Amino acid sequence: MYSWKNFAATTAFAVLSGTTAMASCGVDAGRVSIVGNEFPAIKTVAAGAASCAGLDVSSNLTADHQKINVAGMSGDPAEYTSAIIANSSVVALINEDVVRPLDDLVAAHGADIPKNQLITIDGKIYAVAFMANAQTLAYRADALEKIGMEPPATYEDMLAAAEKMREMGIAENPIGGAYKAGWNLAEEFVNMYIGHGGEFFKPGSAEVAINNGQGKAALEMMKALTAYMNPDYLTHDSNATNAEMEAGNVMMMNMWGSRMGNLMDDEGAEPEVYENIKVGAPMTVGGGSIPASTLWWDGWTVAKNVSDEDATATFLAMKNGVSPSILTDETMTQAVWMIDGYTPGPVNDGVFAAINMSAQPYPMLPFMGLLHTALGDNIGDFLQGKESAEQALTDIEAAYSSAAKEKGFLQ
Amino acid sequence: MKHKTFFWFVLPSALAMLLFIFLPMVSIVVQSLHVSHEQVIIEVENCGPFGCRQSTTVDQEATESLRDAKPLGQFAGLTTYMDRGHLAVNEVGDAWNAARGWRDFGGRMLNLPFYKAMAFTLTFTFVVTPLVIILGFLIAVAVNSATKLIRGQLIFVSLLPMMITPLVGALILFWMVDARGIVGAFLQDISGDPNLSIKASTPLMWIMLMVYGVWHSAPFAFIVYYAGLQTVNTETLESAMIDGASRAQRIRYVVLPHLLPLTTFIALMQLMDNFRVFEPIISFSASAHATSLSWAIFNDLGGETRQLSSAAATSVLTVIGVIILLTPVLIRTWRDFGRK
Repeated sequence: MYSWKNFAATTAFAVLSGTTAMASCGVDAGRVSIVGNEFPAIKTVAAGAASCAGLDVSSNLTADHQKINVAGMSGDPAEYTSAIIANSSVVALINEDVVRPLDDLVAAHGADIPKNQLITIDGKIYAVAFMANAQTLAYRADALEKIGMEPPATYEDMLAAAEKMREMGIAENPIGGAYKAGWNLAEEFVNMYIGHGGEFFKPGSAEVAINNGQGKAALEMMKALTAYMNPDYLTHDSNATNAEMEAGNVMMMNMWGSRMGNLMDDEGAEPEVYENIKVGAPMTVGGGSIPASTLWWDGWTVAKNVSDEDATATFLAMKNGVSPSILTDETMTQAVWMIDGYTPGPVNDGVFAAINMSAQPYPMLPFMGLLHTALGDNIGDFLQGKESAEQALTDIEAAYSSAAKEKGFLQ
Repeated sequence: MKHKTFFWFVLPSALAMLLFIFLPMVSIVVQSLHVSHEQVIIEVENCGPFGCRQSTTVDQEATESLRDAKPLGQFAGLTTYMDRGHLAVNEVGDAWNAARGWRDFGGRMLNLPFYKAMAFTLTFTFVVTPLVIILGFLIAVAVNSATKLIRGQLIFVSLLPMMITPLVGALILFWMVDARGIVGAFLQDISGDPNLSIKASTPLMWIMLMVYGVWHSAPFAFIVYYAGLQTVNTETLESAMIDGASRAQRIRYVVLPHLLPLTTFIALMQLMDNFRVFEPIISFSASAHATSLSWAIFNDLGGETRQLSSAAATSVLTVIGVIILLTPVLIRTWRDFGRK
């Protein structure tokens, strides 16, 4: 669900900062070209970078950024001097060797960047994180009150609550979930498998290891949840699932922290719905203590194949884009910012709860993307009852292995 | 035409074909025969906002010189074609040995991505192509016999499905067949099953995709046939009428033979187009129920780690598939040509 208010505000903000508040970023010449995903928080960052005086700043923010960022950074000089990425997608850039280690630039210009925002791999800094995200519980307080239950802390509780809601006729399909075949579905498996305490690969190798008890339990739990979902669940991404909740059809779901603001604002839903939508901590599963959720960061990188002047300009512009100056009343709730002066609101409770419960970050492994694709392609058959959990897991492992051989990770 | 004139006449399109068809084909063939260099994986410590942990990464320095020397990757021959994601030679052999009867063998084959995609692609091609030809012909005959006054409007309306961007057209249909959409709710009502959902059922999704395919392509057949109908010899038609031929007989014995070469042309184009079915699968979010070769290419390139060799191998297999499909039609055209 897209909020036009947010769009108008960020655009207005961008225009304002572009014309009236040209900041000096400590550099007066250079080319800055940003590629990144498109949602309000990233627009704010790009607008902040564009407010540097004297720099030639352009940005290409699109949901398809992952399809263009590697290609756009492979040339020499690279088309994009900076890519805004998350912990899953930074791997693809590092694998292709198109981002530069930032140690020199951080030493020269970034001494004030807090150390925990620096993403280091083998001691080298590759990105600077500026926001955190995680999938957590969103629920309808009124529906849970009617059945006399607390917000679910585990997926087992969620199933029990869903059964009761169906019995009492509160909702036919009270559970929501972004189970669209492909990336979303795979992400839900990753959550559930981590919640069961599973490890994706044999330690220190690219050999997949999900065909085990935890993998089976994760699949069975996903199937149990789908029994309480809209039968079209395999076509529902985050947008569609949010729409279902705003339409009053869904009472509980696991949803991205960055999308809670849209659920709780007064647009796209009846007051009865949006006033009662609350954010809870991520759920655990199977008696485990680690949440069945993954922690994510979004951060910025600097391209390898650009001149040192452009790299410096990009570094300083991006640093300005995530500086305290971008925080306003409007931008404050757009994300869980890792910026000084940020005060979280109720929408952000879930993400903080996930961090406090020591949720696992999404695995930052060179071959995780291949496993994610294999998961997204093969879980649907199991959920539709076309094959057993063992067969689905065998298929996933086989699909991953043939892809990993092609990419040179396995021999 | 003089040879020189002919040469200059076809040069631009020959150049375009060389650039945009021949060179990309060479590129996919070469790419599909290579795979990435062996990646050296090292254990490292990764740190970020959520703490440090042991992890693995690719040792860039170890592979850099190899990559610079051979940017295409290492030569792998036909291994990519034979792996599980494509022709799956070993897996098919295993399925053959383990299968208890034909049904079981078919089930096992459909579990392999390439054969799953082929099953839908071929069904789609051989259901949609004849239906498009029949429907397009019927519309053309109907529009042609309408009064001149409304013919323009009729043509415009008949062409609409083709004018609408495929993605948009498919999306509109996608919303209509949603369980809460107008068509979806109507189906639930007449079937008396409140849980009936087109998007949740594989057979219904296949039917939906084919209905879309026919809806989208019928205008193409219509406009070709309509143009052809303008060239039917009116004298022959009139003499047939004098001989007492009915409307059906006139269509059967005069119009149809006249339009036969056009049918070959439409069949050629439609076989090619339908074999590359792609947009509706994306718009209908149908990948859990139906996949095609084009979708497989898109999926290989759309992940966080792009599988270029796999996508290239699927592309080559698609080209081979198109050639096989078109051979009978091309042979027929060649024979007709030779006869004249």
